[in-house]
Amino acid sequence: MAEATPTLLTTADGRPLKAALAEAQVRAKRRAFLLVLPLLAFVLLTFLVPIGYMLKRSFEHDGFANSAPALRAWFAENPGFDPADPPEAAYAALVDDLARMQVERTTGIAGTRVNYSVSGTISLFKAGARAAADLQPPFKEALLAADAKWGSPALWRGMESASHVYTPEFYLVAADRKLTDEGWARGEDKERIYLYLFFKTFLISGIITVLCLLLAFPVAHLLATLPMAKSALLMILVLLPFWTSLLVRTTSWIVLLQEQGVVNNMLVAMGLVDDKGRLSMMYNMTGTIVAMTHVLLPFMILPLYSVMKVIPPSYARAARSLGATSWTTFRRVYLPQTLPGIAAGSLLVFILAVGYYITPALVGGADGQLISNLIAFHMSKSNWSLAAAIAAMLLAAILALYWIYDRLVGIDRLKFG
Amino acid sequence: MTVEPRNDAYVAFDHVQKSYDGVSLVVKDLNLSIAKGEFLTMLGPSGSGKTTCLMMLAGFETATSGEIRLDGRPINQVPPHKRGIGMVFQNYALFPHMTVGENLAFPLEVRGMSKSDREAKVKRALDMVQMFSFINRRPAQLSGGQQQRIALARALVFDPALVLMDEPLGALDKQLREHMQFEIKHLHENLGITVVYVTHDQGEALTMSDRVAVFNDGKIQQLAPPADLYERPENSFVAQFIGENNKLLGTIEELTGDKALVRLRTGELIDATAVNIKEKGQQTLVSIRPERVEFKPEMMPEGAHTIEAEVVEVIYMGDILRAVLRVAGSDDFVMKMRNTLGQTRLTAGQKIKVGWHPQDARALDP
Ligand SMILES: Nc1ncnc2c1ncn2[C@@H]1O[C@H](COP(=O)(O)OP(=O)(O)O)[C@@H](O)[C@H]1O
Ligand SMILES: [Mg+2]
Repeated sequence: MAEATPTLLTTADGRPLKAALAEAQVRAKRRAFLLVLPLLAFVLLTFLVPIGYMLKRSFEHDGFANSAPALRAWFAENPGFDPADPPEAAYAALVDDLARMQVERTTGIAGTRVNYSVSGTISLFKAGARAAADLQPPFKEALLAADAKWGSPALWRGMESASHVYTPEFYLVAADRKLTDEGWARGEDKERIYLYLFFKTFLISGIITVLCLLLAFPVAHLLATLPMAKSALLMILVLLPFWTSLLVRTTSWIVLLQEQGVVNNMLVAMGLVDDKGRLSMMYNMTGTIVAMTHVLLPFMILPLYSVMKVIPPSYARAARSLGATSWTTFRRVYLPQTLPGIAAGSLLVFILAVGYYITPALVGGADGQLISNLIAFHMSKSNWSLAAAIAAMLLAAILALYWIYDRLVGIDRLKFG
Repeated sequence: MTVEPRNDAYVAFDHVQKSYDGVSLVVKDLNLSIAKGEFLTMLGPSGSGKTTCLMMLAGFETATSGEIRLDGRPINQVPPHKRGIGMVFQNYALFPHMTVGENLAFPLEVRGMSKSDREAKVKRALDMVQMFSFINRRPAQLSGGQQQRIALARALVFDPALVLMDEPLGALDKQLREHMQFEIKHLHENLGITVVYVTHDQGEALTMSDRVAVFNDGKIQQLAPPADLYERPENSFVAQFIGENNKLLGTIEELTGDKALVRLRTGELIDATAVNIKEKGQQTLVSIRPERVEFKPEMMPEGAHTIEAEVVEVIYMGDILRAVLRVAGSDDFVMKMRNTLGQTRLTAGQKIKVGWHPQDARALDP
């Protein structure tokens, strides 16, 4: 074609080609959109909205702000007040609010809100509210006479903070900070439970991921290389746990591993341990690790299997014919090709383990609890905002992990099965 | 017809049998000896056991019974990586996570060769297949033909004396395949290596090999140089498998030495050379190559028997004319004529007499 025209290409009836193409595709696109619309709506309603709501709750608490309007107004007018020595007007507003709380029965909510950052406030508020109606000015002396804690700078800081509906306070608490007389500070060692639990959760999840990988690799390899009939049978065995209730599986581990359980009884019967030295493998970290490794194993096997299945056996044969021992063949040729599966399985198992709740709750005992059990605990105590803040931190950690993974391996190389 | 393995053979299969399932034999009593520097091709239909033989030689399958020797040494117990045999696979089997250079360096690395030696050898091997400029590419970035060259270079880079190739050109298009056949043959001659080549393409086998072993049903049907295979097939399988072939069924009427007179089922008498028939009255299948059929009396030997034929159709194929004839009751008898200036043009429906030199008609087992 020597005489190619520099002008825009047009269709036979003279319309620009691009426009014609877009027009032709509009209908197909609209239909595709309509097809995914139900799923989109479902995801929006059941996934994005709850997560958004949770994130909002982690910043928001109006329990104190709503039940103490006078104090809130006073704090708004006096932003730079000295928490160590609030003036009489502040105490007057406080007494006013305490009296209202007594009438409106909101003492509990207000006290709980302040209690997040300053412990011991619930009972203080209850006592204060009961007495408020009878107090005579000057209120400062009257309140301090009733309980010296009313003069605590930490309490006033706490109330000031709680008078705002939106606050980062829950994140500070979830990061083991607490309000002292001097402001926010690191809590004492024995009170620092959240970050420790975060650390422990990640550590245990890491251990479980490694265990899953070690157990799953040979199984996936077998699945990928056995003849059809046998591999189908093995696949059923791998999938069997998916078809049994999680509770049943977890309970069967209890039956096996508890102190009077099958394993211990066998060990005692064989004389390997004596009756007093029965191993404690249940209701502790060991129990959590064993049961969760079992529960999460299929999530490692399946991605590995899907990658291994498509690696032709001729690669290994080629390597062997080129002079590599079977170990070198595995290390240099086979393993590198399974990396996308290893990465996908590890990511999946790790993320699932980090958020796992039911198994540690059932078999974890005291020291096998993970961060999600703490979230559940706070939810059960209606500490929604604190639970939401911890959950949001967990979510952030997982997103960070995902980001790092994308940087190192590339999300597009992920193969889940 | 198997050849007794000689002791000085470079590769020897000695009464080798192979069964995968313990019920049936995939390789039945294989005896084959391959000389040093020979280009031997295993040719046969799919499922005839060629790959199995190659895998036993490479060490990926164990012989169920019998012995395989390499350079006089039994290798049944030697693991594949210690056999030092180069191998080219049909799907190339280039490691996808390594560059071309790393792929070629791999066999040298596992042999503990120094980096500078490795680089020199890799360069030499890549130059050999004119692919040095691709050293930093990944296999996925190469075309099929290029990958095939790299696979070839990789199988040769560690200087193996024996190279096995399992349908190495099967995935290439016709033109590239012919080009690569030439290149492989060239490398074989230049390097003086021994090559065992597997293919199901008879053209490939005939053009490349010193000798061809025709496999069928786990047995070698004939082991011979290409010309012998084509012109002197020893049984009806080989005659039919290699090249185009006319078959005429009949019984032996007279047998003197290797000269046979065959009476076809429709009553005509034809001349043939007896190949693997023993006595008068035996059933036989006479095989004649289409290009050896003549219809002009002056081209036939003195006193040759002719038979009636009717032209069904003539196909113009450029260099040759292909006539389909009705002979002895069946209408799939083919005759090929060179398209020369003076060639007689036959037309459909024409009645002619065809004959041939007795040497070209081979009376085989039915
Ligand atoms: N790994 C195996 N397991 C069981 N049967 C096999 C295996 N490999 C090949 N076979 C069988 O052995 C026969 C010969 O196969 P093969 O050596 O691959 O033939 P070819 O290479 O000539 O096509 C076939 O019937 C095939 O089904
Ligand atoms: Mg094959």
